[in-house]
Amino acid sequence: MATVNLTVNGKAVRRDVPDTTLLSEFLREELRLTGTHVGCDTSQCGACVVHVDGKAVKSCTMLAAAAAGGEVTTVEGLANGGLHPMQQAFHDNHGLQCGFCTPGMIMSGVDMVNRYKDSGRELTEAAIRHELEGNICRCTGYHNIVKSIQDAATKM
Amino acid sequence: MYPTKYHKPDSLEAASAAMAAAEDGKILAGGHTLLPTMKQHLAAPSDVVDIRGIAALHGISERGGALTIGATTTHAEVANSAVVAAACPALCCLAAGIGDPAVRHVGTIGGSLANNDPAADYPAAVLALNAMVITNRRDIPAEDFFDGMFTTTLEDGEIIKAIRFPASECGSYSKFPNPASRYAMVGVYVARVDGRVRVAVTGAGEDGVFRHDGMEAALSAEFAPDALDSVEISDDGLLSDLHGTAEYRAHLIRVIAKRSVATC
Amino acid sequence: MSDGIGARVKRKEDKRFITGKGKYTDDLRQENQAYAAFVRSPHAHAKLLGINASEALAMDGVIAVLEGGELNADGIGNIITGWAITSKDGEPMKCGAWSALAVEKVRYVGDAVAIVVAETQALARIAAEAVEVDYEELPASVSTAGTLEPGAPQVHDNVPGNLIYDWEIGDEASTDANIAAAAHVTEIDLVNNRLSPNAMEPRSAIAIHDEAEDHYTLYTTSQNPHVARLLLSAFYNVAPEHKLRVIAPDVGGGFGSKIYVYPEELSCLWASMKTGRSIKWTSDRSEAFLTDAHGRDNVTNIKMGFDENNRITALKIHNTANLGAYVSLFATVTPTYLHGTNYSGVYDIPAIYGNVKAVHTNTTPVDAYRGAGRPEATYMLERVVETAARELGVDPGELRRINYIKDFPYQTQVILNYDTGDYVATLDMARASADVAGFPARKAEAAARGKLRGLGYASFVEASGIAPSAAVGSLGAGVGLWESAEVRVNPVGTIEILTGSHSHGQSHETTFAQLASDRFGIPIDNVQIVHGDTDKVQFGMGTYGSRSGPVGMSAVMRALDKVEAKVRKIAAHTLEASEDDLVIENGEVKVAGTDKKMAWHEVGLAAYTGHNLPPDMEPGLKEGAFFDPVNFAFPAGTFICEVEVDPETGVTDIVQFVAADDFGTIINPMVVEGQVHGGVTQGIGQAMLEGVVYDEDGQLLTGSYMDYAMPRAADVPSFVVEHGCTPTPNNPLGIKGCGEAGAIGSPPALINAITDAIGSNDLQMPATPLAVWQALQAAKSAVAAE
Repeated sequence: MATVNLTVNGKAVRRDVPDTTLLSEFLREELRLTGTHVGCDTSQCGACVVHVDGKAVKSCTMLAAAAAGGEVTTVEGLANGGLHPMQQAFHDNHGLQCGFCTPGMIMSGVDMVNRYKDSGRELTEAAIRHELEGNICRCTGYHNIVKSIQDAATKM
Repeated sequence: MYPTKYHKPDSLEAASAAMAAAEDGKILAGGHTLLPTMKQHLAAPSDVVDIRGIAALHGISERGGALTIGATTTHAEVANSAVVAAACPALCCLAAGIGDPAVRHVGTIGGSLANNDPAADYPAAVLALNAMVITNRRDIPAEDFFDGMFTTTLEDGEIIKAIRFPASECGSYSKFPNPASRYAMVGVYVARVDGRVRVAVTGAGEDGVFRHDGMEAALSAEFAPDALDSVEISDDGLLSDLHGTAEYRAHLIRVIAKRSVATC
Repeated sequence: MSDGIGARVKRKEDKRFITGKGKYTDDLRQENQAYAAFVRSPHAHAKLLGINASEALAMDGVIAVLEGGELNADGIGNIITGWAITSKDGEPMKCGAWSALAVEKVRYVGDAVAIVVAETQALARIAAEAVEVDYEELPASVSTAGTLEPGAPQVHDNVPGNLIYDWEIGDEASTDANIAAAAHVTEIDLVNNRLSPNAMEPRSAIAIHDEAEDHYTLYTTSQNPHVARLLLSAFYNVAPEHKLRVIAPDVGGGFGSKIYVYPEELSCLWASMKTGRSIKWTSDRSEAFLTDAHGRDNVTNIKMGFDENNRITALKIHNTANLGAYVSLFATVTPTYLHGTNYSGVYDIPAIYGNVKAVHTNTTPVDAYRGAGRPEATYMLERVVETAARELGVDPGELRRINYIKDFPYQTQVILNYDTGDYVATLDMARASADVAGFPARKAEAAARGKLRGLGYASFVEASGIAPSAAVGSLGAGVGLWESAEVRVNPVGTIEILTGSHSHGQSHETTFAQLASDRFGIPIDNVQIVHGDTDKVQFGMGTYGSRSGPVGMSAVMRALDKVEAKVRKIAAHTLEASEDDLVIENGEVKVAGTDKKMAWHEVGLAAYTGHNLPPDMEPGLKEGAFFDPVNFAFPAGTFICEVEVDPETGVTDIVQFVAADDFGTIINPMVVEGQVHGGVTQGIGQAMLEGVVYDEDGQLLTGSYMDYAMPRAADVPSFVVEHGCTPTPNNPLGIKGCGEAGAIGSPPALINAITDAIGSNDLQMPATPLAVWQALQAAKSAVAAE
């Protein structure tokens, strides 16, 4: 068993879990933060994307013990009450249908906007599509996801 | 996953000790291959030794145009490094094209090389740039490091500390991604190092990354895309699968190599 | 009312999904919960000689390992198909028995052999691997066309030659005569590639058995919880219907794959009784590739005859449909009545004949997948029409235009009677948006850059709004395909709509609420949609076949009619006015021309207090309706796709995609456009990326996203979506279904564009870079040989 100390959505948590516990399992099963989803087992679909120490990662491909000591933000903790501009943009632009890929899309969207803003690069439609390589959606055809991220980028 | 024991040592010595004590230990340097493999029960190491807590294995430095990149430096760190961009911009482009953004935040150069996936990108750079793989036991020249698909000459318990890339006059990496996995189906790194042209091909070979003598000779004679038109590119020893026959890969090697030369 | 029919209302359901508070099955946890994993066959075909679970059972925390023999001994029924098809010789179809846990033989890689129940998911999977199964391997029949060949391995002993049925539709003699007399005949052979549905939420189930009450609850990823309950009770004997509650909470996409009750859900429910534990099973993606019903997999020969004026005179189709190792719920109807009935497409064709052979192979069962039969029909038609246009030297848009059906209603030669349509209107709309006139200049510009541009059309019509019950009953359906609704007006005037439709991405919580908002002029936030729980909602048939709008919403409309009628009586009585003088708008019932009115909530209160109701009126304000459509509804349209192919690599870039659809009345354009975007992308996936591939031994080669190429954001462009509108008379809203159209029309549009670009018609789906490059090489070799 591994003792895992983490700050999740601003709160310190500590759990003793099997060493094999993935961060996604830790969030879902130990903390019951079930907004982080698991849609594949080869690290490709991106439904599990959360931020660890400010960076988007695939929580299904990270051991909880390896993240120990870090700060984790999940879709549940993205906004302090209300909605984060990215969440609002997904609502405003019909950027979701079944909602399963949505938490990962939103977390990847926030990460990409932050990175582009930090480096002063323009987040074009082509760039958004390229940046979404690790997030698969089966419902929306990406059209409105791309619009949502474009919209949020102007408001973040 | 089968049960395993997770270790996160803060020194190479401790990492070596953990590996030595393990019945069947595996180094974890990013985990984007190891963890999915464990999830699918295709690997079941008794111990997993995470080397990302070892400060000495992380970071990028430059001296006289030569780059030393610590084993646990992530793809994103390489892609965004001003030092790398100045010394070897093609390496930034290569790192920026590995996997997706979330993968790049976690995957590391050492992990990629130790795994030696035949479709990984970094082996092409390491071989084309004639880099040195520095381990806790020795320095291994690129030519001696790769030893077939998913195999290297690393010994049991040997841990990559860093990769040293010599100064290069120019270089360029282009790849053709597999439509499903987006790994390289053909990736070609063209470089000029010490006045010599070196061409390394990843994604295509049954034994992993390889250099192509014919293309190197043609480009040494004339460094231009069209110089590759008459080079014979055999499909012997090339991978053949759903997304690319050996014949198609042989064709793509030329096309992608020309694109690399054009942007070099 | 801004929330009414036609308004771009933002979705009521979004908030829980964007904040991570959605509740999908795997997000739920029960007391006393254990976990299941399945022991699966590694062979495509083998005798099952024995199972030794002793090592697994010895593991600390393993609760049970249950096998097929026990399942059968408990009287659990085999998995059934819901539609009986009769062969052309009058013989009933033949299909092999499907036990949820295999007995005697396994017939595809992934066939479930035993269920393992353990304290943790990880342990269940480890224990499943420790179960030793003794197999005697048998030769496997894998190929769709090859399985009919003499000597092919037999998948089931009771299905000789692996032929499930040999079905026909139309008139062969007149079709042959017209083809013989045709001025021109175009003939092509097509493969409609096998797909894996890949709803992003993997299937999941939690089975709970309450021993004291002998009552079962099943939380599961279902598109139709009542159908699941009916199957599990009446057919599989797991629990009587009144002792089984099926709940489909938030469901992350379906696309057909979650219509069915699979072995896993059934086994979990049974195992919950056997073990006294609540049992959760959640598929991982690898398991989904093996076991979720696949889609498509047809091999087709198609001939189309034309007269000297380029009018279509005949269409003849021979199709072989691979149904896999076992016949799943809608598998038999997909290549027949959901397929052959669409052979006329948008064209006035005087003679049609189709022959469909359905076959068993040692592969995963194949069933309805977004479009179900209609994409296959549309693909053949639109590929052959486009090919004919090239052969005849006619503009492909013009060839379509002159052959379109223009007078409605239109009786096809293949059963269906089309309601309304204006195919020329959507063609013109698409051509204008796609700037077809400017294409030659764009092609020349691309050529100057060394790229090959191509333009492809597809016109389609499909039968949506499945389905008129009596009609489908006469054709072999085991159930009726009506839909139910109940509208409850509460004493404070808020409304609950209970619908038998199920939303797993379709936005029902918004669009169904728009109906009540529109009718009574009340805010949409005062309307709640209830669905997905057999204890809450009256029996309903669920969501598939683009039916939630035409059938599900129509049931709501009928229930609203009844509520409105009672509201009028109450208000007329209270206001001492004639019902005819009442106007309901903006949340008020008014007497026209006076200032007399009742607020909406006052009507609700009056109904429930019962203090002053008309004589003989029952208190309360709650009405239900069952809507059975008189006919399908027929959405149609034209898609135009423009591509640029890199001849060096074979890579196709979709530079423009225009979809001009006619869905009749549109409730919420934002939602409808979203359905089109998603459908078109799924079709692009089929045409360019996706394909399930088995090796000759029946091993699945595309078992994960490493090998099965899903459409990603960079594979598709932003879409142009246009709407025509010819409302259908077949339902109260005039609505035609929109869920499947995108997936139906886009594959031929894309393949027509690519084949136009590369100047070769010899290309099958998926048109991967490899396939396109090979087609280019073959065309070059052919030219060189000449």
